[in-house]
Amino acid sequence: MSESEASPPGAERVRRLMMADVDREISGEGRRELESALKGNPDLLEELETFHRLKEVTDTMTLLKPPQETWDTYWEHVYRRLERGVGWVLVSLGAITAGTWALWNAVSELIRDTTMPASVRWSLLALIAGFVILFVSVVRERLFMQKHDPYKDVVR
Amino acid sequence: MGVKVEHLGGETDRVLVVRAQRGERAAFGELVTRYMQRAYYTALALVGNHDDALDLSQEAFAKAFRARATIDPERPFFPWLYQIIRRLCFNHTRDQRSRRLELEKAGGWLTDATMGRRPLSPDQAAERAELREQVAEAIERLAEREREVLVLREFEELSYREIAELLGVPIGTVMSRLYRARRFLARGIETARTGPRREGGMRDE
Repeated sequence: MSESEASPPGAERVRRLMMADVDREISGEGRRELESALKGNPDLLEELETFHRLKEVTDTMTLLKPPQETWDTYWEHVYRRLERGVGWVLVSLGAITAGTWALWNAVSELIRDTTMPASVRWSLLALIAGFVILFVSVVRERLFMQKHDPYKDVVR
Repeated sequence: MGVKVEHLGGETDRVLVVRAQRGERAAFGELVTRYMQRAYYTALALVGNHDDALDLSQEAFAKAFRARATIDPERPFFPWLYQIIRRLCFNHTRDQRSRRLELEKAGGWLTDATMGRRPLSPDQAAERAELREQVAEAIERLAEREREVLVLREFEELSYREIAELLGVPIGTVMSRLYRARRFLARGIETARTGPRREGGMRDE
């Protein structure tokens, strides 16, 4: 345990010393301080013993190893993701370009079409404009807002 | 473009990062091979599920490659990658649906480290398995930042200083989070065995 760190007062300091003791990272000075805090405090002593018993249990636990195949094919899977990423970028660019061109033609056609009643034409234009605004808003949120959201790491 | 990793095992991380930044996938492949196990186990400890850990750790590498221009080659690679892994894992566990699925499979990501080393009677083996399951369940219910510190300490066996450096927090914060995590586990096990009881130990001042 780092004794150079500013020591918080009271209970928090003792809690940290207990952790250092359980994890065998306690210094000589820290141990003396902890022993002094434990004297005449059976609840605290019981809590420390509980932590030691818990440590004995967690010391017998380890993360489950995956099958060897996981490692043999790991890079291949990452590589496929990178490839697919390039594919998605190209598909998105193509779709946006083709979609913009089709939309532009549709709107131009709609404006030029004199046989359609004006109210229907304006309704269709409003519908298209609404979709465009919604699409741009969603894309903007996904690409920009998420990256700059100062509260994204806040646990709710 | 080939999938095979070129033999670059002797290169330092710094050289590999610089080469990856130039777009050399083989160099990035060597970084993946070098850190895939650590990345996977980190994700496994944070999400508690093999398939999700594999998916999230691989996605972290893919994101790392896309963001490779922002890596500082003079600094260690893994702490940078770790930030991506933890963010992906935290986002994953915040998804209530996936959290529910994980709880259904409590403990399936942990095993007995002493298995086969000491012969146990059937009763002892059953008791140990039950205790392990209770601890695993309690870990899965921990708040993400406390779980993170606990698994880095218990399963990745990092020192307080290493954890503090990896997370970019003071050592005291690591110890406080560890205390809260262990207190939660102890109470969880106690409750599972005896039902709710009066809280002992130290009170807040």
